[in-house]
Amino acid sequence: MKIVVAIKQVPERDAQVRIDASGKWIEESDLQYAMNESDAYALEEALQLKEKHGGEVIVLSAGPERVGTTIREALAKGADRAIHVSADDLRQRDALGVARLIAEAIRPENPDLVLTGLQSDDLGLGQTGVILAEVLQVPHASLILHVEKTDNGLKVKRELESGWFQEIELPLPAVLTIQSGGNKLRYATLMGIKKAKTKEMRTVTASDLGQDGAPVVVLEGIALPQKQRSTQLIEGDAKQAAATLVEKLKFEVRIL
Amino acid sequence: MSGILVVLEDRDGRIGRASWEALSAGKRLAQLTGKSLNAVVLGASTEALAAEAAAKSVGKVARIEHPMLRRYTADAYTIALHQFIQAEQPDYVVFPHTYQVRDFAPALAARMNQVLISDVVAFDDGPVFMRQLMQGRLTGNYRHAGGGLCLISIQAGAFRADAVEAGSAEVTRFEPQIEAAAIRTKPGEPFRGSAQTVDLGSATLIVSVGRGIKEADNLQLVKDLSDALGAELAASRPICDNGWLPMERQVGSSGQTVAPKLYLAVGISGAIQHLVGMKGSQCIVAINKDPEAPIFEVADYGIVGDLFEVVPALTEAIKAANA
Repeated sequence: MKIVVAIKQVPERDAQVRIDASGKWIEESDLQYAMNESDAYALEEALQLKEKHGGEVIVLSAGPERVGTTIREALAKGADRAIHVSADDLRQRDALGVARLIAEAIRPENPDLVLTGLQSDDLGLGQTGVILAEVLQVPHASLILHVEKTDNGLKVKRELESGWFQEIELPLPAVLTIQSGGNKLRYATLMGIKKAKTKEMRTVTASDLGQDGAPVVVLEGIALPQKQRSTQLIEGDAKQAAATLVEKLKFEVRIL
Repeated sequence: MSGILVVLEDRDGRIGRASWEALSAGKRLAQLTGKSLNAVVLGASTEALAAEAAAKSVGKVARIEHPMLRRYTADAYTIALHQFIQAEQPDYVVFPHTYQVRDFAPALAARMNQVLISDVVAFDDGPVFMRQLMQGRLTGNYRHAGGGLCLISIQAGAFRADAVEAGSAEVTRFEPQIEAAAIRTKPGEPFRGSAQTVDLGSATLIVSVGRGIKEADNLQLVKDLSDALGAELAASRPICDNGWLPMERQVGSSGQTVAPKLYLAVGISGAIQHLVGMKGSQCIVAINKDPEAPIFEVADYGIVGDLFEVVPALTEAIKAANA
């Protein structure tokens, strides 16, 4: 099976984010980046499918030069080669614009399967995979925890809400968006890291792909969220804070 | 039918809570834009659903009916709604941000060269649509540019489900053309993951643990705290993904929804997927080292500090208070 995994580089989970001078995005200069969590699970699923059924895993990421580090990490974990969709203007594109860019980069590869995470940890739109399927005109299934190859295509386990699941059968080629937690993530080995340096990483640009349309949806500005409740912050060292909280639980919340 | 079209979802034969919240968001949008509010239900047999919707103060309720809408598929829903939207030309389509909507609405929008503004929590004049970024650490203000149909989905809990008054709406029917060959996926019957032995929904006290606990071996600290309180132990998704606690202890959009008297969140940053499962709690206490963590936006009491110091101290203080 030839599998393309679309991964995104996002600010590290614990990164302190600050609004930049434009008020439209966060200060990027001092940020650390990591592979988007559900994309890491998509990569893991692809690697396991390759181990079982053979084939090739191609990792694809769109973004500025810095995404190269995340691509190398994926190659070190076992992806065979990579495509970097070089674009410094991703933020000016909406979900459809980004998906079209990725779709055009995938199209010449003609893969059997495209995997991506269900949602990014930064923008959280949760749309790229589903739009990709629409643009590539192939079927899709979202929120997938388990993938099994069958004679006619795939049988996948889809997460529904509140602890329910569902099996879905679909033909190939297809797009799946992967939910976190379906597999255990592997670490890159030293050998893998060494090998990654020699693997092919092809770069294509947005203009190579002919994708420069105007966005339909625009992010006009960002702000700190409004508090939904007024929080009493409890001060002091651990012992004092614990004692104060117990008082509150006793006399204000009345559960002790 | 220009105006605002709210897509209501079938939940076990009834209209789900998230859909009523979306209808309430639609009402607010109608007030903001001066447009009419209408609703639509989809299925193989929609009479009961439509009657439920028509008992609300909306202009029209349309029944999109077709045998192939009996069980949800992205293909059938996308085709049916696309045809309905082409025929009726609404200005806005409002969805509840459910797993089902996430599965097809982005494709439906793309089919019309539009983009869904997903997971909206509020809106303002313009209209400007607000949604969360960076796992709830920031809010983004989005605008639909370029004219044409605007599609949005509404986050669970962001609008009040009971905000739309009773009324008596006209019910219409729409029969989409759906070819069997156009349905590419074969959906199975929904099933429960495992026998649910823990009912967090009825717990009065919950101690819940998140990523901040770092390692499975550290869980004992939190277990000791929940034992001292006589509370149920729960967790955010990553803890269950790692297999440190069983899935049935997970609180959030993919787990259980809880509303205890006390929800004590330990090392949980408060990503929206978690918050939707617990923000209805009567009292929320958060212990987290990051003062910027979104959990503090919903907390009544907060301790900014190292959980590895605070939790054992709290366990001791509770034991002493109970002694």
